[in-house]
Amino acid sequence: MKIKDFGKAIFKNKLALTGTVTLLIFILVATFGPLILPFSTMQFGEVEDILLSPSFAHLLGTDDMGRDVLANLISGARISLLIGAVATAISMLIGTLIGILAGYFGKGIDNLLMRFTDFFLVIPWLPLMMVLAAILGTSLWNIIFVIGITGWAGTARVVRSQTLSVRERQFVERSVSIGAGHAHIMFRHILPNVFPLVFANTVLVAAVAIISETTLSFLGLGDPTMASWGMMLHYAFAGGATAAGAYWYYLPPGICVVLVVLSFTLLGYAFDEILNPKLRGR
Amino acid sequence: MTLLEVKHLRTYFQTSKGLYKAVDDTSFDLDHGEALGLVGESGCGKTTCALSIVRLLPKEGKIHGGEICLEGTDLVSLGDEEIRSRRWKEVSIIFQGSMNALNPVMKVGDQIAEAIVLHEKISKQEALVRAGELFELVEMPVDRINNYPHEFSGGMKQRVMIAIALACKPKLVIGDEPTTALDVMVQAQILNLLEKLRKELNMGLILITHDLSILAETCDRIAVMYAGKIVEFGPVEKVFENTAHPYTERLIACFPHIGKEKIIPASIEGIPPNLFEPISGCLFYPRCHKAIPLCAVQEPEMEKTGEKHFASCHRIGEA
Repeated sequence: MKIKDFGKAIFKNKLALTGTVTLLIFILVATFGPLILPFSTMQFGEVEDILLSPSFAHLLGTDDMGRDVLANLISGARISLLIGAVATAISMLIGTLIGILAGYFGKGIDNLLMRFTDFFLVIPWLPLMMVLAAILGTSLWNIIFVIGITGWAGTARVVRSQTLSVRERQFVERSVSIGAGHAHIMFRHILPNVFPLVFANTVLVAAVAIISETTLSFLGLGDPTMASWGMMLHYAFAGGATAAGAYWYYLPPGICVVLVVLSFTLLGYAFDEILNPKLRGR
Repeated sequence: MTLLEVKHLRTYFQTSKGLYKAVDDTSFDLDHGEALGLVGESGCGKTTCALSIVRLLPKEGKIHGGEICLEGTDLVSLGDEEIRSRRWKEVSIIFQGSMNALNPVMKVGDQIAEAIVLHEKISKQEALVRAGELFELVEMPVDRINNYPHEFSGGMKQRVMIAIALACKPKLVIGDEPTTALDVMVQAQILNLLEKLRKELNMGLILITHDLSILAETCDRIAVMYAGKIVEFGPVEKVFENTAHPYTERLIACFPHIGKEKIIPASIEGIPPNLFEPISGCLFYPRCHKAIPLCAVQEPEMEKTGEKHFASCHRIGEA
């Protein structure tokens, strides 16, 4: 399918359009928002600024340190989306590589890699991430690393099964006969054929990555110097925002997480519909 | 020097049920620029024979004996790496069912260039120029090398497969049922193309098919295979006119003749023998309409029945 047709298909599909637009808004705000904000996230307010309800001066009110919530929310978007994107990239890289290697070589290598994958599939990921994050220490890159190396197992399985089927196709046999090596066959012939699957999986893994980040940060395992949405929720909870009824403090980050995850999920459904001709509307 | 000499080739498959003698003691030869037709019913060892020559047998298959001499070099004795570098440069194969032999997500030009780049030290750009020339050779518009396989018809894909087979200017091309999935008109076009290319490039051609009528038109010589052995081998006209082996006779009778009186084409009764435990005597005798008691006991030798014409049957020479 050509890029242009793909764009058209997204435009026609209401789910896809909603997801794409929401996500684009978040990405634009996260990229350019902090540059035009009138408040600094590190600018602490006076005592009388603490937990102010929304007003024209502070559109989403202030937090328990007297900081502008909207400013925190926008800079948090940057961190949350960055962690989500990089962690997803790591997951997809590991998952695709392991899936292709296992499916292509089969036998012992397949067994070894798939048992390794099973290990990551069955282990409860939240405790694992918490332990890893606690051991490695709380920094942005550690969080990314932890989420990245726990989220690839499903992708590896899916890619492996598709590789098993592509490997038996005749064009692979032809490629062997003209003298192509393993790497050439895996990356020039098999990868392009499993790519739609990798692509559709990416959106779903991204949604999970963002939820994971929020969870870890909420539990206080995030980077305290880089306040993501999860970190905001953590501070709101720790600062007694719920008890004080400061809904403007704890609701916005929660809603943002839900919106981003929802738009990724919508995109996931839509990709499935667009890339799978059996589901495509006529 | 002869281009290809296959001597007493034995290719067996190691299966859970035992050793399957797919090709057993097969010999034939081929000259530069000559076309040889390999014909026989399904499962008689035609494709195994071809895959033995290019050394692309599945891992269960092994060459248990014999020689395959390509211009004097025995391919059987070569190591994997050496055969990999020679394959495609000296001998290439057009696969059965071209529809699936092209990668659906890769431009056809790239797929032709792939073969060239893997064997010659030239850049991708130069290889693509060569791919364009090959496209011209197989009578396709050059600008279509940037198309994907699904944008081609079956016959055009087959032309692409031929272009890939010719990419490194091999001396010998093996066509494993290159026209099976095509309609009769396109079949004729592809065969004419192969015929033209063979003469232009002076390459040897082995054509594998069950369709005798194809062979009659395109080949110089025919080898008829039955149960892993060649039963008759000779120039096309001789095999058709002075048929020596009863199996060939029956095979020819399977095809309707245009211009002759209307008769229902005859099938050959029975099934080919079990090659796990070959029977004693002639392998064809249970199905043979000319069988005599000797056939069940003694396997017939290859005998000369005319100039360059050989067959293995006890009843050769009888009226």
